[in-house]
Amino acid sequence: MSGMLNKEESKSRFDKIADDLIRPMTKNDGLSLQIWIFLLVTVLSLFGYAYFLQLRDGLGVTGLHDYASWGMYISNFVFFVASSLVGMLITAVLGLIGIKWITPIARIAEIVAVAFAMMAGLVIVFDMGRPDRLLNVFIYGRLQSPIVWDLTVVTSYTIISLLLLILPLIPDLAIIKRRLPNAPKWQLLLWNILSFGFVGTPAQYKSIHKMVRVLSILIVPVALAIHTVTSWLFASTLRHGWDSTIFGPYFVSGAFVAGVAWVILAMYFFRHQYNLKAYLHDEVFDKVGKLLVLVSLVYLYFNINEFLVPAYKMKAGDDHHILTLFTGSWAGLFWFSQIFGNILPIILLLFKRMRKPGYMFTIALLVIMGAWIKRYIIVVPTQLHPHLPIQNVPEAFHVYTPTGPEIAITLGTIGMAILIMTILAKIFPVISIWETAEEAGVDHETINQ
Amino acid sequence: MCDTKENAGASRLDFLKSGLLAGAAAVTGVNLLSSFTPIETSSEQKVKVLTPDGHIVEVEEAKMVPVREIKQELGLTELQQRGREGIAGKHWVMVIDLAKCRNARKCMESCQNAHHLKPEQHHINVLQMQDGEHTAPYYMPKPCMHCDNTPCTKVCPVDATFKRQDGIVLIDNERCIGCRFCVAACPYSARVFNWTETLDEKNSYNAPYNIELNVPQKKGTISKCLFSADRLRENKLPYCVSACPNGTYWFGDMNEDAVTNGTTGETVRFSELIEKNDAYTLLPELGTKPNVYYLPAKDRQFPFDPEDKKKLNESHKH
Repeated sequence: MSGMLNKEESKSRFDKIADDLIRPMTKNDGLSLQIWIFLLVTVLSLFGYAYFLQLRDGLGVTGLHDYASWGMYISNFVFFVASSLVGMLITAVLGLIGIKWITPIARIAEIVAVAFAMMAGLVIVFDMGRPDRLLNVFIYGRLQSPIVWDLTVVTSYTIISLLLLILPLIPDLAIIKRRLPNAPKWQLLLWNILSFGFVGTPAQYKSIHKMVRVLSILIVPVALAIHTVTSWLFASTLRHGWDSTIFGPYFVSGAFVAGVAWVILAMYFFRHQYNLKAYLHDEVFDKVGKLLVLVSLVYLYFNINEFLVPAYKMKAGDDHHILTLFTGSWAGLFWFSQIFGNILPIILLLFKRMRKPGYMFTIALLVIMGAWIKRYIIVVPTQLHPHLPIQNVPEAFHVYTPTGPEIAITLGTIGMAILIMTILAKIFPVISIWETAEEAGVDHETINQ
Repeated sequence: MCDTKENAGASRLDFLKSGLLAGAAAVTGVNLLSSFTPIETSSEQKVKVLTPDGHIVEVEEAKMVPVREIKQELGLTELQQRGREGIAGKHWVMVIDLAKCRNARKCMESCQNAHHLKPEQHHINVLQMQDGEHTAPYYMPKPCMHCDNTPCTKVCPVDATFKRQDGIVLIDNERCIGCRFCVAACPYSARVFNWTETLDEKNSYNAPYNIELNVPQKKGTISKCLFSADRLRENKLPYCVSACPNGTYWFGDMNEDAVTNGTTGETVRFSELIEKNDAYTLLPELGTKPNVYYLPAKDRQFPFDPEDKKKLNESHKH
């Protein structure tokens, strides 16, 4: 490809790409960014106060009780693990089979993955009755507990995702370092460290390609493991609604739906806020729209298996659970998540004119809401239908009603994840400069001048 | 297990011989020898004494002082250690005769008092059961089943809940991180959590933590039925068993094949009792292998409360 361009053309093309992609990092976003940060910080302060209350008074500040002892926090944890899985889907699965259109969205997917994987590890602490004893998990950790497996794989996944974010950044940061010599000292220092002395020799390119390839292969089993193990927190128990053999793949397929929706939201945001219409163009949206249809169809298949098979049998115990979801007190949330989070997106996105940024943004938003609610109705209703009747306890123990502090803490953790994404997208280019240039036919020499 | 005990015993004897008595008393909790000095006693009358863990030591008769509460002398480490080990050679079992239960709830009351529980926290809970729309309702006390295939201890990430050699499933609230995975895992809803400040914390009750009683209760940790492990240590029946006025409970050792009724004090063969009365376990299809057996609620001695019956019928309609 590079042979087709002469030196000058190559240079001007590269300059355009580099300028476009670096501009968002240096541009003063002014009020909009300040309002955005202010909003996130407000959410975080509310979180801080709520968590202080929880530390002081115990988990009793939440709506949890002995018959719904996992609630919003655990649902949120599952949601975060799910959202982080998209990094593996895009970088590893699509990357390894050589799909080209992922170049402009690969880094966005990794940013989403890193933010949510890091937060998944953190949110679980907010659910602990004794967070001060966190170290006990390392001191007395027992291998037969799925919690220990979860901790191991979430940590591994976070590290590999971070590496998959940082490695392809190396050539970019070398470029940025050269093009922005007057940047603030700390930024130059950061770029200097993270570009690892990259000057663009063939050997350096080769080693980056090799490392990314190895990690892309490694992350596939690790990513499958984090969500499968997360599903086992439920599937390893004997409760109606959790006692299922397909929970692993069911969770993984749902994770891809949530993750792709997050990537669409981020794409839309960067396209407008960072003025990247030429890179995150309609065709990329069209492709990602089709990807969302594909993963949603797989998810629908698992939903049919998970709900219709028990509904056909109506086994004692399962019957009550299924009926409260289909027609009982959980029906509203259940059908919202099924229709807006799964069925409707499939139907709408089959039409080409719906696979446009504006529509897709709205659909992705619905999918994410549906995805969060879905985790909530996987976690909560099952506990409210135990094997033995709930008796001799306050009436309130028959239901679960999240409290203000609990909601504030949950929103706070979502705010934190978005804040991490905002910061990463501000200090690093959200689209790979060197890979975009390579695809545009620019040779390595021009890139590393 | 036995090795540890023998070693502990041997080291005590060494201590006695070398006269390090204060140390010995602190380690073993046996303080009947507190003024013992080997030099003066060479000519005095000596008596052989059996220590609590089965060793014979010689003691000067004149210096012997009776001890009331040995267990209070034990520190946290010793309580934890013996609590985790359990009582050797025992396999505790409970039989609940549903025909005798009339929902007096004395078991619940004595249990809550013993374990310093709040009104909504039950280690044992008397449930009103009705298996089908047309079957007769009955009262069913439900403690922890102390399963042999325990769903709860399997999932604990820190070994804070564990099954010991005598079959009792205990909880160590000095180690529990409050993840509540065991609550999710228990199909019998036998576990409770201290969501807020506990009664012990409110009353600043500061005794060393007794793992066999799970007292003092701690905020942010689990509590559950312990088969009154502290009472078994003293050769007494569990709190609930002795509190029952109606003879509902039998409790004993499966290895001895003997269970004792908490109300009448009568002791019978466990195997005969469950065979003759067609005993069953709760939710056997889950494979948890409970150590609590139920005798069917047939030929009931007390009528089911009509008010309760009405409530049950309503709950069936839901």
